[in-house]
Amino acid sequence: MPEILDQARTQVLGDGVGLDEAGVLAVLNLPDEHLPAALQLAHEVRMRWCGPEVEVEGIVSLKTGGCPEDCHFCSQSGLFASPVRSVWLDIPSLVEAAKQTAATGATEFCIVAAVRGPDARLMKQMREGVAAIRAEVDIQVAASLGMLSQEQVDELVDMGVHRYNHNLETCRSYFPNVVTTHSWEERWETLRMVRESGMEVCCGGILGLGETVEQRAEFAAQLAELDPHEVPLNFLNPRPGTPLGDRPVVEGKDALRAIAAFRLAMPRTILRYAGGREITLGDLGTRDGLLGGINAVIVGNYLTTLGRPATDDLKLLDDLKMPVKALSATL
Amino acid sequence: MTTSDAGHPAHPAAPGAWCDRCGEPAGTGDHPACRASRELEPPRYCAHCRRRMKVQVLPVGWSAVCVAHGEIRG
Ligand code: SF4
Ligand SMILES: [Zn+2]
Ligand SMILES: [Zn+2]
Repeated sequence: MPEILDQARTQVLGDGVGLDEAGVLAVLNLPDEHLPAALQLAHEVRMRWCGPEVEVEGIVSLKTGGCPEDCHFCSQSGLFASPVRSVWLDIPSLVEAAKQTAATGATEFCIVAAVRGPDARLMKQMREGVAAIRAEVDIQVAASLGMLSQEQVDELVDMGVHRYNHNLETCRSYFPNVVTTHSWEERWETLRMVRESGMEVCCGGILGLGETVEQRAEFAAQLAELDPHEVPLNFLNPRPGTPLGDRPVVEGKDALRAIAAFRLAMPRTILRYAGGREITLGDLGTRDGLLGGINAVIVGNYLTTLGRPATDDLKLLDDLKMPVKALSATL
Repeated sequence: MTTSDAGHPAHPAAPGAWCDRCGEPAGTGDHPACRASRELEPPRYCAHCRRRMKVQVLPVGWSAVCVAHGEIRG
């Protein structure tokens, strides 16, 4: 057994203390033959510190495309020759999307907008949309609207948004290679305000942007320092027309190593499968990740791409005897 | 006045004249990668006229609107 896994067994599984950057790097560098042991340990950590429940979420794009920012992986930036056009979702369709999500047994519905930060029109749409969902659908509402002012943070709390997603996307040292129109520190500042407001913090990123293994470890350590309630883990799905459109997808084993390593860095967080798992891991790998530290999934479609049918994921959870977290358990 | 812009044909083309993923002519070139990708993506280009469509992805399904050829859903 590699030393790092012995250390993690005592420190992370036993004491609930996550691995530091060097420890995460050691896990990311484990040879293939030790990957099953790393996944097994990460699974034990998840079961011990989070339990067997899986949190199920659906997401929807309230405002698609036309974003002024230049995140190099994103098909919704208006600065690239991406075929994604700008479009707004109306409130009846938003409520319908929340209903469809709740029907899968999901407890979370995240409303997302492709913006640098919300303007008055978007905040108005949010206020009406969240109120309509809360009146008609039994589901918790989360939001992801870019960088916020303190006033906007307070408004979202007032609307009843219980969790806010704002991804750091990648580690601090690599971020300027991926985004030039705003800084990692600006994102961090929004996260700080969200945390202080009492909303739950959801913050993750994307692997496969061209970061090194060391930078992946740096990212895990920075997320652990933030200590978010939830970490969504995406794997790059290279989008036509974006600067990262020709990058290779993350190799399945590297994705699984990252899942185990991120779980060992953050024993108590909700570690969620987000975009890109279908192409990076396929069905078998998806299962391996759920037995290797993942304890939450996005079901159904994403913002501009499609996912597997929700029923496939729910069947897998049933096969794995992992109960879907109920709404009563989250309130 | 021009009768076509951005590659739109002057006359309405048959459905499937353009690849709905990459927007290139469907009859020429190779689109197996597009077809494979389309399993996990909605269409982006109108297959009749090559215009970029307004696409809304929903948790279940999607809709795509071409200003000239209307809405399709999947
Ligand atoms: S801010 Fe969000 S929507 Fe805009 S380009 Fe970046 S990732 Fe895409
Ligand atoms: Zn094509
Ligand atoms: Zn058309």
